[in-house]
Amino acid sequence: MDLFNAFIVVFGSGIRLGTPLILACLAGLWSERSGVVDIGLEGKILVGAFGSAVVATFTGSVWLGLLAGVVATIIISLIHGYASIDQRANQIVSGTAINMVADGMTALIGNAIWSQGGRTPQLPAYAQFQAIELPFAHAFGAVPIIGPIYEHLISGHDLITYIAFLLVPLTYWALYSTRFGLRLRAVGENPAAVDTAGISVRGLRYGAVVICGVLVGLAGVYLVLSQEAYFQPHMSAGRGFIALAALVFAKWRPWPALATCLLFGFLDAVAIRLQGVALPGIGEVPVQAIEALPYILTVVLLAGFIGKAIPPKASGIPYVKER
Amino acid sequence: MSSPLRPLPVWADVALIPLVNVAAAFVISGFVVLAIGENPLEAVKILIAGALGDLEGIGFTLYYATSFIFTGLAVAICFHAGLFNIGVEGQAYVAGLGAALAALHLGFLPGYSLVVVAIFAAALFGAAFAFIPGYLQAKRDSHIVITTIMFNYIASALMGYLLVDVLRNPSQMNPETPTFSVYGQVPQFHELLAPLGIHWPETPFNLSFLLALAAAFAVWLTIWRTRLGYEIRTVGANATAAVYGGISPARVTIVTTLLSGALAGGMAVNVILGEEHRLILEYTAGFGFVGIAVALMGRAHPVGIILAAILFGILYQGGAELAFETPKISRDMIVVIQGLVVLFAGALEHMFRRPVAVLLARRTTSPPI
Amino acid sequence: MAERASPAIELIGIDKSFGPVHANNHVNLVVERGVIHGIVGENGAGKSTLMSILYGFYEADSGEIRINGEPVRIRSSREAISHGIGMVHQHFMLVPPLSVLENVMLGAEGGPLLSEGAGSIRKRLAELGREYGLEVNPDAIVGELSVGLQQRVEILKALVRGADILVLDEPTAVLTPAEADQLFEMLKVLKGERKTIIFITHKLREIMSLTDRVSVMRRGEMVATFDTDKTSPPELADAMVGRKVILKIDKGPAHPGAVVLEARDLVVRDDRGVVRVDGVSFTLREGEILGVAGVAGNGQSELLEALAGIRPLSAGEILIDGEVLPPPKRNPQLERLIGIGHVPEDRHRVGLVMPFEACESAMLGFHRERVYGKGALFDRRAIIADAQSKMKAFDVRPPSPLLKTANFSGGNQQKIVLAREIERNPRILLVGQPTRGVDIGAIEFIHKRIVAQRDAGKALLLVSVELDEIFALSDRIIVLCAGRVTGERRPEDTDAQDLGLLMAGVSERAA
Repeated sequence: MDLFNAFIVVFGSGIRLGTPLILACLAGLWSERSGVVDIGLEGKILVGAFGSAVVATFTGSVWLGLLAGVVATIIISLIHGYASIDQRANQIVSGTAINMVADGMTALIGNAIWSQGGRTPQLPAYAQFQAIELPFAHAFGAVPIIGPIYEHLISGHDLITYIAFLLVPLTYWALYSTRFGLRLRAVGENPAAVDTAGISVRGLRYGAVVICGVLVGLAGVYLVLSQEAYFQPHMSAGRGFIALAALVFAKWRPWPALATCLLFGFLDAVAIRLQGVALPGIGEVPVQAIEALPYILTVVLLAGFIGKAIPPKASGIPYVKER
Repeated sequence: MSSPLRPLPVWADVALIPLVNVAAAFVISGFVVLAIGENPLEAVKILIAGALGDLEGIGFTLYYATSFIFTGLAVAICFHAGLFNIGVEGQAYVAGLGAALAALHLGFLPGYSLVVVAIFAAALFGAAFAFIPGYLQAKRDSHIVITTIMFNYIASALMGYLLVDVLRNPSQMNPETPTFSVYGQVPQFHELLAPLGIHWPETPFNLSFLLALAAAFAVWLTIWRTRLGYEIRTVGANATAAVYGGISPARVTIVTTLLSGALAGGMAVNVILGEEHRLILEYTAGFGFVGIAVALMGRAHPVGIILAAILFGILYQGGAELAFETPKISRDMIVVIQGLVVLFAGALEHMFRRPVAVLLARRTTSPPI
Repeated sequence: MAERASPAIELIGIDKSFGPVHANNHVNLVVERGVIHGIVGENGAGKSTLMSILYGFYEADSGEIRINGEPVRIRSSREAISHGIGMVHQHFMLVPPLSVLENVMLGAEGGPLLSEGAGSIRKRLAELGREYGLEVNPDAIVGELSVGLQQRVEILKALVRGADILVLDEPTAVLTPAEADQLFEMLKVLKGERKTIIFITHKLREIMSLTDRVSVMRRGEMVATFDTDKTSPPELADAMVGRKVILKIDKGPAHPGAVVLEARDLVVRDDRGVVRVDGVSFTLREGEILGVAGVAGNGQSELLEALAGIRPLSAGEILIDGEVLPPPKRNPQLERLIGIGHVPEDRHRVGLVMPFEACESAMLGFHRERVYGKGALFDRRAIIADAQSKMKAFDVRPPSPLLKTANFSGGNQQKIVLAREIERNPRILLVGQPTRGVDIGAIEFIHKRIVAQRDAGKALLLVSVELDEIFALSDRIIVLCAGRVTGERRPEDTDAQDLGLLMAGVSERAA
């Protein structure tokens, strides 16, 4: 029973840790499926986090904070979009630039306003997203096995987590059952085919970039308004890149993306749980090894199983009309 | 559907447009400074004074520039092969390990040959850390951008563990190694010049600068005057033609990545062997990423890289002064400028072509060739 | 009323330039309704640009377009489609991972949800399939269909959108003669339904057999329009080229010597693992040119790549001078060392490095040789001198070794490749599409040099999709279809029709 409870705790933690990954991963999915490679997810998370922290601090409103974070991220996404789509830039370089500018700007402005080294003040509870208890969670919790699962794993998460989970089937449906999704999938594989069918390649890609901005902005907002309650420079801590790795592993499909992100979240939770704990035979696992685990795993995945994953054919290639 | 770009004269292509790109980065940075309530022109004054106003400033500027030359060269050599090595940060960090291990444990070597061996050790460790991403890209098609990003984090974790638990000076709490003997140190310029009667204030500026210049020359020679360089450029320009020409893109990828890692090790020589004289935590401080900006601004050419490195040296030294005098403009400002340089010199490099072409056309009577 | 119906399309004074290139120079074209109107011209004559303007891909710098007598502005593909113009591109505008239905629906989905339009489009596809013989499985994945079927999907796309005017750009470039005949039958049916068809090609045989009217473009200008039944291939060729060009060159008889290269049961797969060369055997002798004919995409490219060592063999053996060439030796570098030269089919993608200076491109594959530098470093002067002598010998214009490769014309680029491969005096020369995208004057020069190599006792393997070139140069011809050799002939014992049958897969063994 103790093991089961430990599992519940860790899995619940895993869901919470996986949420920003899911959002960032879906963001990357929309962008890359349309042919725009986005390694700037890391910087965009920071922008979303910072924007929401600033506005939530000044207005005390969690909803305004959410809006601000998402809008700020959309703006920076459009910069990447403009560079990639209209300026036909090298999209990796553009993404790198976004990461640097976002990293520097958020710290700079944060420090300029509050002089605390870039950290924003702690948000009061009313300016955060609190856990939502689903109906009868506590009562149901007494039922063996499914009770605790319902009470702690399904219920008790904050709003953004639920949104993140709902976005997965929504993305799947939008991608495969709507006109927009069809056109988007086409433009990521053969933009010329879309162009000659009389559809604007530019419009589709900008649309994808905006969707990407909304989703990754939510990831950043989550870190501040649901998790930490303040912004700290560099707080994205590589999540944007892990989301990217998850995207490749999931071969750019929504449901596998969810599974992969949950897996990474779960590993992260396990790592935290194992800190300072001596495992039989191995002894205490150094904290740095645990920290490095997601990154090592990503490299192993990239090297071993999905070395030949095939991205959308037009991914990263700016569209130029052939003469 | 707009009319195609009018061709620009060669001088505009090579010199003017890059200058315009960099200027754009700075102008926008100026607006950012304005936005946080400070005077950009004042800021520039403080910055330049801090970097070039006295010998001490110049010494620091050149010390930073040395690191940037190495990291810039490391990124640039990969650019020529069509690779984007974002992992210079981690490679330089691990190179420091090589330098430290050699300096601390090979003390039986005579005199200054110790530091020479330590330099090679830095290059070796840097290259070794770059090997896996390079190999994976070459043989398994794993995107080197993602793997090198991951390796940066792995380096951080690995080195953190080693410095805290393994290599730490036992008598101290700080996560750092014991100090190297004098033979494991690269001499600093003020030390060398003092006996000659030249009084230079104490700065970290050391002989690694000469090594950096030599490395820049060696890179130029390699890329444009050797068969390896030809193969690197061919793979970078057209991998299919390279295969046709009997060149192995996989082999070239791996060799280039190794060279890149070795060049990254130059930063360890400058900082660990030349100034800190011991291995400390996170000593790379983001300089690996500055290398990307330097390589882009310098258009992957050693001469451009040296100039760009000096510019960023000015920014870093001046920026430190600026952050001291104007606390509101923290050192993150430099990261912003760096990012804007990458944006304008890298991603948006063609954005100003049309306006510049139009301007030039209006000024000259005959159309540009 | 007694008034004649307006022409379906009128292009009046169309002018379009791309920088210094005057792609369309005051072009006038009138296409009547319900006819098949051909447009011929060489590569670079301006045919594709003109049609791109009609389809809204570009806007003309000046000029007018009238559809059914009404002046219109076509600023985008969408507007072209709304005027009833449908285009079947030479390189298919399809999305391989999607199904036929999804490809056809793209742009004509019929509503924000796919389920809304899918049903009616399925019905329409079935109707069109019956009416015009364009049957295709709507749920098949396009990437897995044959080229002929993919083209069918392209045509269906246009018809589903209600195209009255169909423009086909070099549609038979990738079809076998049999598939091409099927296409022509279908076009005639469409004509019967009062659809207007514009047919772009450079193959005169097709013009004569299919079209009612034909317009000739040359160097960006519309030079003539004929009623097809009142003209002839020589007259058309004349108008296309502007001067009498003899494609036959003076070629003495061949004196083949010993067998230098033998291919035994070669099997080669493409990048996706699909077998492209399916058991090919042949011999190649000194002093002869063996021509490999076939429609593009039947394995010639893979065969060439395998012989050059760029692509591995899945089965079979290559023998040089009677000795098997083992896998470790089957790479471009080592093959060059034993005297096998390779002029690749695609000089842009494979044979040259466009951003390099010409002298650097001229070294490709041979850069390790001592002539370019005895020590570790290159000898720039030697490199430039070597390039200069090559350029002189092959009449490359301008003879500037430091000029960027990309700045040379197609013909001169090809000459650089040839100079590079031939000057090394290889015993065996593998040549792919040597005159693709090359102007007439350079074609003559290149052909002459190829024959000169043969006369000097070299063994040449020539892969070409141009039957004229095959006939002009080969001493022996083998035909490849679907990766198999369907027949071997001497040029004097065969003709285009006979080869055409072999290219279509009618092999002698089957007969």
